[in-house]
Amino acid sequence: MNLTIEQNDTLTWHLACQASDVPEDGGVCALIEGRQVAIFNFARRVEWYATDNECPHRQQMALSRGMIGSQGGEPKVACPFHKKTFSLQTGKCLSDEEYGINTYAVKVENGLVYVAL
Amino acid sequence: MNTNKTKRIVVVGNGMVGYKFCEKLLSRIESQAESHFDYQVTVFGEEPRAAYDRVHLSSYFEGKSADDLLLAPVSWYEENAISLYLSDPVVAIDREARTVRSHHGHVVDYDYLVLATGSGAFVPPISGVEKEGVFVYRTIEDLEMMDLYAKRARKGAVIGGGLLGLEAAKALLDLGMFEAHVVEFAPRLMPRQIDAAGSDLLKNQLEELGLHVHLSKSTREITGEDCIDGLQFEDGEKLDVDMLVISAGIRPRDELARHAGLETHPRGGIVVNERLQTTDPAIYAIGECALAHHMIYGLVAPGYEMADVVVTQLMGGEKDFKPYDMSTKLKLIGVDVASFGDPFIEEPACRTIRYENKAKGVYKRINISEDGKHLLGGILIGDAEQYNMLLQACKNKTILPPDAEDLILGLRGGEEAGAGVMSLPDEALICSCEAITKQMLCHEVEVNGQTTIETLKKSTKACTGCGGCTPLVKDLIQGVMKAQGLYVRNIICEHFDYSRQELLDLVKMNDLRTYNTVLDKFGTGDGCETCKPVVASLLASLWNENVLEKGRAPVQDSNDRFLANLQKGGTYSVVPRIPGGEITPEKLIVIGAVAQKYGLYTKITGGQRIDMFGAHLGDLPAIWEELIAAGFESGHAYGKALRTVKSCVGTTWCRYGVQDAVSFAVRVENRYKGLRSPHKLKSAVSGCTRECAEAQSKDFGIIATEKGWNLYVCGNGGTKPQHAQLLATDVDDETCIKLIDRFLMFYIKTAEPLMRTAPWLNKMEGGITYLKAVVVGDVLGIAEELEREIQALINVYECEWKKVVETPELRKQFTHFVNAPAKKDPTIAFEELRGQKRAKEWA
Ligand code: SRM
Ligand SMILES: Cc1cc2nc3c(=O)[nH]c(=O)nc-3n(C[C@H](O)[C@H](O)[C@H](O)COP(=O)(O)OP(=O)(O)OC[C@H]3O[C@@H](n4cnc5c(N)ncnc54)[C@H](O)[C@@H]3O)c2cc1C
Ligand code: SF4
Ligand code: FES
Repeated sequence: MNLTIEQNDTLTWHLACQASDVPEDGGVCALIEGRQVAIFNFARRVEWYATDNECPHRQQMALSRGMIGSQGGEPKVACPFHKKTFSLQTGKCLSDEEYGINTYAVKVENGLVYVAL
Repeated sequence: MNTNKTKRIVVVGNGMVGYKFCEKLLSRIESQAESHFDYQVTVFGEEPRAAYDRVHLSSYFEGKSADDLLLAPVSWYEENAISLYLSDPVVAIDREARTVRSHHGHVVDYDYLVLATGSGAFVPPISGVEKEGVFVYRTIEDLEMMDLYAKRARKGAVIGGGLLGLEAAKALLDLGMFEAHVVEFAPRLMPRQIDAAGSDLLKNQLEELGLHVHLSKSTREITGEDCIDGLQFEDGEKLDVDMLVISAGIRPRDELARHAGLETHPRGGIVVNERLQTTDPAIYAIGECALAHHMIYGLVAPGYEMADVVVTQLMGGEKDFKPYDMSTKLKLIGVDVASFGDPFIEEPACRTIRYENKAKGVYKRINISEDGKHLLGGILIGDAEQYNMLLQACKNKTILPPDAEDLILGLRGGEEAGAGVMSLPDEALICSCEAITKQMLCHEVEVNGQTTIETLKKSTKACTGCGGCTPLVKDLIQGVMKAQGLYVRNIICEHFDYSRQELLDLVKMNDLRTYNTVLDKFGTGDGCETCKPVVASLLASLWNENVLEKGRAPVQDSNDRFLANLQKGGTYSVVPRIPGGEITPEKLIVIGAVAQKYGLYTKITGGQRIDMFGAHLGDLPAIWEELIAAGFESGHAYGKALRTVKSCVGTTWCRYGVQDAVSFAVRVENRYKGLRSPHKLKSAVSGCTRECAEAQSKDFGIIATEKGWNLYVCGNGGTKPQHAQLLATDVDDETCIKLIDRFLMFYIKTAEPLMRTAPWLNKMEGGITYLKAVVVGDVLGIAEELEREIQALINVYECEWKKVVETPELRKQFTHFVNAPAKKDPTIAFEELRGQKRAKEWA
């Protein structure tokens, strides 16, 4: 069900999944254009985020299985492997500067989740 | 020698030991009613007053009068027919005639002469010592003179940082000096009693009390016209002072003996043999003037022992003076200082345990024989409560308990939280992944103010590897912060301003069952990876409902989230429960078949069961479906929950077994399976004292006896192994279960997150004694409640994997790609290893 909607020259919105597939305050991994994208339903804040699924620390495909939360108001995800945490807004590693992940725009329309790559 | 029955004894010196000699002699004569001899005792004292308590000389400045310090009033000597001459030193001894002559011209005959002339202050040959305002600190007269002079002085100093020098420094403070300095030649204070670390701590304490301490300083000159106005040091520095006390050591008063031709030591002291006889057998020397066993005993206790030795001989008995233990305990300016046995012996000749708490001003060191059996010596500063116990253990060569640190940490209680790790040596490797020592971490916390795990991870990389060191690092942070006097409350994280125990009570009282309701009611913000698993764990401990239901899945820790251990490479492991390690061939075949079908690596674990590694997330439900169909249940290898109850074969097969260890292990494991707790729980049952199941390394371990079971609790493997401690002896099956019920529930309710039972006990005020009182003796009156609570959890147990396998909504969560459920993670890769497969190395 890889439906593509044209947005502007740079970003393309891809349908990822149904909103109800993503657990509240949790994440899932979607395969989009051959890329693993982690999608988070931050229900407490009524916000959605998308990032790389791969953790740059040991290249584990696991960020979607990580716990989300906040640090001083900044939304973040903790890698389940060694608990490195990343800002969901900027992708910056909050526990170790060396690392960073890509973040992607997400939108939910009519119960469907779209990610812009 | 005169032939009549009266023995004439002359005592030269009426100091502490001379007095004690008289006192002991009299009491011995009294108790020997049928005494054949009469004694005639004459005492000469150089000082104007009768013997007083020199040890407490300083209390003169705290308001005690000279009379208060007297050991006995002059009337006491009269009542006991002792002729006492004060202010009348003996100036000569005629050994031929056996007489002494005093300054005032009294000549007295003796049969036995006892020299108890003590010592005087040693004054080093520094130019200017004769100036006004320079004192020594030995007699009440010295104090009176200081008292007078102090009225026009504002800054005082003491030369000498030994025991007496520090006392004198205290006196300067008491005399109202604006500044009081201690100048010590050696690099540390009290060099004879304490080590460098002890000295550092003492120095801090004393400086807090207003003393200025100068170490490694030697004084060249005392400057000033007639009166002192300063000190000139060898290093060129100067110190302005208008009063000085010299306390650079003692010099035995041996001049009288020397003039009488008795042997004295070139560096001072009247040489005596084991009987304390000088080279003239009729003359004894005791106290600080005597050189016995090649040393001067500058303390009062050995002096008193010497008095006893001589009295015993005079009364016809036999007694030798043995080398005396120089252990001391004293209060210096309000700081306890004790030193015993051999305080300085170093590794590798011994094992040394040190404990330091700077904020409290406590430093403890004990030296233990290489084999760990005996206490060789030690140092206590700031808290010398255990001194007597330790001194006893040291003197009597008592066999020490296996955890020798208990000796100085006492009943390791809440106060000293973190003492366990704080007592580790500086170079102890805390994080072995990143090779980070305790010292490096303490430095970060202390100097760079990194007081959270997060910031420490950044600055040191500790806890970033396997994470196994996290609890130790937490303890270290707390230990250091406490040592700095900072109040540490164990709150969960920025989102919950409660300790785990507080939150558990709140959640229970409010009957909350999901993370979000707990956060809404008692937290702030959105939660994080610290508080989520904590709350998840306490919800599980309170209600034992399926961890993945009601939106609880995303708050579970990595492993609980998918009911399996997340492995390197992103696969999971599968560990079915094998209670007691007992398994039928049929079940073994099923494990083999499942592993083969799903391509899993198999290994026998250290917990007597079989682990299957390398399972894809999406395969987990199917794998478990097959295992469950064959009668297996979840092994909770992923949870902070009961893991294994290991067993040995016991009476089932073993010729030594005294109880049926396997049956009991199976019963125990089945009772507590699925029980979630602050950290994982392990147990074992051994069929006899040979302990093949290693029960004493478990959170609760059971060892068979002829009469029943011995129950041990709070053992731990892991980073800091610790043996379990005995909770109950010779109990029957039912009692044993009941005690475990109470013990486990008490632990679940009171431990901090991720705290195993061993550190929990270590932090418990009152230690095992208290735990016993609660669990066995029910002092808190909660035993019944604990039993009820755990029974409620046991009643609702359900294999959580069975539930997942049977519930489509739960099962659905076990996919790697939400939009391609059948597809496996293509990045997962394996290598071949000895006929099986293994996870590929980290990239
Ligand atoms: C499989 C096994 C090693 C083996 O091949 O034998 C093992 C493997 C792991 N141990 Fe262990 N431990 C295993 C027995 C032990 C033992 C020995 C025992 O239980 O008799 C110990 C020491 C005893 C103890 O716990 O006091 C042990 C002390 C630890 C520790 C340190 C605990 C501590 O208190 O410091 C950890 C880290 C933790 O739990 O935080 C740990 C954690 C782990 C984890 C779960 C790390 C992780 O999160 O991935 C390992 C992965 C297991 C997996 O994927 O299934 N493992 N681990 C053993 C499984 C036993 C079982 O059947 O359940
Ligand atoms: C300030 C201070 C604090 C101390 N604190 C401690 C402590 O905490 N613990 C501890 O164990 N010890 C302590 N000591 C040491 C303790 O006081 C001595 O070990 C003890 O007093 C020794 O007793 P003594 O009889 O041998 O000598 P002294 O008590 O010195 O008595 C000897 C007496 O003999 C007199 N004398 C000397 N020559 C003659 C002579 N020819 N004729 C007649 N009389 C003579 C002297 O004037 C003196 O009065 C302290 C000492 C001082 C000064
Ligand atoms: S199995 Fe245990 S000891 Fe071995 S590497 Fe993993 S955590 Fe460390
Ligand atoms: S792989 Fe993510 S923290 Fe190590």
